[in-house]
Amino acid sequence: MAVEDLKTHFFTKLGVVKAVNGVSFSVDKGEVVGLVGESGSGKSVTGFSIMGLVDPPGRVVSGRILFKGEDLVQAGERRMRSLRGRRIAMIFQDPMMTLNPVLRIDTQMMEAVKAHADVSTQSARERAREALVRVGIPSPDERLKAYPHQFSGGMRQRVAIATALLHKPDLIVADEPTTALDVTIQGQILYEVQKLCRETGMSLIWITHDLSVVAGLADRICVMYAGVIVETGATSDVLDRSMHPYTKGLIESVPSRNRRGQPLAQIPGMTPSLLNLPPGCSFHPRCPRADEVCLAEPAIAEPAGTGHSVRCFYPHLEQG
Amino acid sequence: MSVAMNEGSAPGAAAVRDETPLRRFISDFCESKIAIAGVLGVLLIAIIAIFAPWLSPTNPYDLATVDIMDSRLSPGKQMMSGVTAFLGTDGMGRDMLSAMFYGLRISLGVGVASGFVALCIGVCVGLAAAYFGGRVDMLIMRVVDLQLSFPAILIALILLATLGKGVDKIVIALIVVQWAYFARTVRATAMVERHKEYIEAATCLALSHRRIVFRHLLPNCLPPLIVVGTVQVASAIALEATLSFLGIGLPVTEPSLGLLISNGFEYMLSGKYWISIYPGLALLFTIVSINLVGDRLRDVLNPRLQR
Amino acid sequence: MSVFIIRRLLQSIVVIWVMSLLVFGGVYLIGDPIDMLINPEADQEDIEAAIRALGLDKPIHEQYWYFLANALKGDLGKSFIFSEPALQLILARAPATMELAIVASLMSIMLGIPLGMWAGLKPDSIAGKSIMTGSILGFSLPSFWVGILFIMLFAVMLGVLPAGGRGPTTEFLGLQVSFLSAKGLSHILLPAVNLALFKLSLVIRLSRAGTQEVIHQDYIKFARAKGLSERRIILVHVLKNILIPVVTVIGLEFGSVIAFAVVTETVFAWPGMGKLIIESIDQLDRPVIVAYLMIIVFMFIVINLLVDILYSILDPRVRLQDIRA
Repeated sequence: MAVEDLKTHFFTKLGVVKAVNGVSFSVDKGEVVGLVGESGSGKSVTGFSIMGLVDPPGRVVSGRILFKGEDLVQAGERRMRSLRGRRIAMIFQDPMMTLNPVLRIDTQMMEAVKAHADVSTQSARERAREALVRVGIPSPDERLKAYPHQFSGGMRQRVAIATALLHKPDLIVADEPTTALDVTIQGQILYEVQKLCRETGMSLIWITHDLSVVAGLADRICVMYAGVIVETGATSDVLDRSMHPYTKGLIESVPSRNRRGQPLAQIPGMTPSLLNLPPGCSFHPRCPRADEVCLAEPAIAEPAGTGHSVRCFYPHLEQG
Repeated sequence: MSVAMNEGSAPGAAAVRDETPLRRFISDFCESKIAIAGVLGVLLIAIIAIFAPWLSPTNPYDLATVDIMDSRLSPGKQMMSGVTAFLGTDGMGRDMLSAMFYGLRISLGVGVASGFVALCIGVCVGLAAAYFGGRVDMLIMRVVDLQLSFPAILIALILLATLGKGVDKIVIALIVVQWAYFARTVRATAMVERHKEYIEAATCLALSHRRIVFRHLLPNCLPPLIVVGTVQVASAIALEATLSFLGIGLPVTEPSLGLLISNGFEYMLSGKYWISIYPGLALLFTIVSINLVGDRLRDVLNPRLQR
Repeated sequence: MSVFIIRRLLQSIVVIWVMSLLVFGGVYLIGDPIDMLINPEADQEDIEAAIRALGLDKPIHEQYWYFLANALKGDLGKSFIFSEPALQLILARAPATMELAIVASLMSIMLGIPLGMWAGLKPDSIAGKSIMTGSILGFSLPSFWVGILFIMLFAVMLGVLPAGGRGPTTEFLGLQVSFLSAKGLSHILLPAVNLALFKLSLVIRLSRAGTQEVIHQDYIKFARAKGLSERRIILVHVLKNILIPVVTVIGLEFGSVIAFAVVTETVFAWPGMGKLIIESIDQLDRPVIVAYLMIIVFMFIVINLLVDILYSILDPRVRLQDIRA
């Protein structure tokens, strides 16, 4: 699975919002890729673009999304529908919102089975039950007959994950699935997902704003800023030898890395409006290293070691 | 402190404001072409209603000129008096166009008069509820809620069944039906305004209740009142027409549009459509014009929609 | 739960009591009860007998107790015109009105929800815009005039449907109904559509607003991510979400449909309670008027009570609020 120069823009009344503006990355079979960025950096829209679920007025304007050699951007709605939920599945951010409040869990899971497999109601129910067992939900038979509001947030997210796993997809796009949960539940879900990935050999794109979440989970990390990937590489490279000033800023603002009593490091300023991006490198207004070169034109991604590349004129080359 | 702040910001605001609120309101309002059509419609109706005796080709209620021989002439035929009845004549031999002009006058008069009185009553009650709060508020709002849980037509029916026919009776019925809408609107807005700083400031200055309520609270409740008022006039006209059609509204001596429609209804089955249809179109035009204006006013005056 | 029901029940009893005071006040204090309740064509002896029977020679507060006691016994006086107990007269006409109101309510739901969903899903399409324009017209057109237009179009010009009356009725569960025979159906069609029009506009607006809200929820996107067909998403996920509020509102509005039936029944000569009350007002048949008013107010209160209870079952938050209060 590979994304090549993807551009997804939203055509609003106020102007064109370039939410994703030339994103390229790839995910190998069985690989976990973390897509990290602040809110509004375009990471979720990238996920929805892969699913073919960008809502109007948004549209994929150019680029390719290659999935097993097939370009999903060109695929018709019919083809996309047969892939969604079967070969590519998605888990959403807020488990309170992803399950339809007026439908029972069994309805919502069995319809997902039946969308792609011509099976009897009985065996659809059996598969839904198995999926619930797989994500560690106790007494699945009772739980199937319940409504979403009878579940806790963590349980709902498990149900969502179970639903995504129903057809053993090749790729799961997880859009901040643990952000809305308690820290303890977060850990459990992370552990479950990691285990399931290992067992089934599926690929995973984990979208998050929290570097510490992907640190222990992802094989590789892509850092997004204002619609582009500013740095990508193996998790250890990006975390320990980060070169982009933005990545460095992100890492330094993780609270646990700071010493007690010292002020928390932060990146000055705010994410730019995607309607009106600053010229040149979009990060320059907030960058401590920026000069007039950064203002003139956007930086291009430069390779900096095996599988490690950075989009910056003045990357941090040596560690210190 | 809040007083000082208000005073400090006032000159600045005046300097920035190079267009008056009224002018901005008018230009906002005119952005919608359909709303302008509505305003023109309302103006036309108002002119016809006010000048009906001078605009009508004949006086339909002057028994000396109405000739029974003219009855049920189809549109465009000439009456005995030599006047052409462009929209035909009714069962009594009256010129439809003239009857409609006079009918419009009555319909609009009843609608506007009842709407205005209901507005005054509703404003006083609503302001009292909001300003005094507590038990007064609870009692008033209970009554308002109870009344609004019954449809307007049922309340009007109850009143007219006990009061009987007549212009005064129907105006009373329409007032009773409408006041609660105004009271609820005023109270809702006034409750919000009441807790704002300028009212607290006025209270600190020890201004009288009356001055605070009418000079400070009321002007800020005006925008939603104007919107509700417009819509209420339209619905009052429709309700009066309905009641008159049912034969429990106005007496035959005061034929509003609804009564004209009702009179024509018996001739409908024999194909004499004009006696009923033209007054109906006039009624429709009136209601739709007023509603168009009301809808636009709502869009323009609603602070939540303002950019 | 039961606390809530008891509270609402007590409130309803208070409202009915207030209503009885108002009707009593209207009839006995504002009007002349001898005029109002005794047939003006009766001779002196009858009038005196009636005065004694109604307790009109007693002081006001005793008269009120008479009125209340009679009303509770179901004795709301005898019709001058039909010489029948007013209550029976009205109840005999009730099934016709009920049938009309039920058919109209069902019609507004069954037509209004699909149309409203369509307008909500495709708000910028020509169909979506026409549906919304239609619903605005449905709100602002006086319903009696629309009824007249219907008669002119379908009965006079096209001649395909009858202009009025109820037509032949068939027995169904012990009641006489129109909708089971083709002829009866042709009679009920126009009045039912006419009566449904206002509620139809309401349902269209509610379903459109509901659809537009639901369609942007994450669970719809998640349903798409599961690979469900658009059809299933709309017919199951969206529809089920908007159904509860729409049906609740229509239930709440059922009383107002019955009140509006007065107009429709007059236009289409439908022999229901509404037509009866208008005729009674016209003929000054006051016992029937009083009985109708008491019955319809009672009906309203019962409907409001039922809907409130139903709503508290559907929405647990209502219950909690009330218990805390």
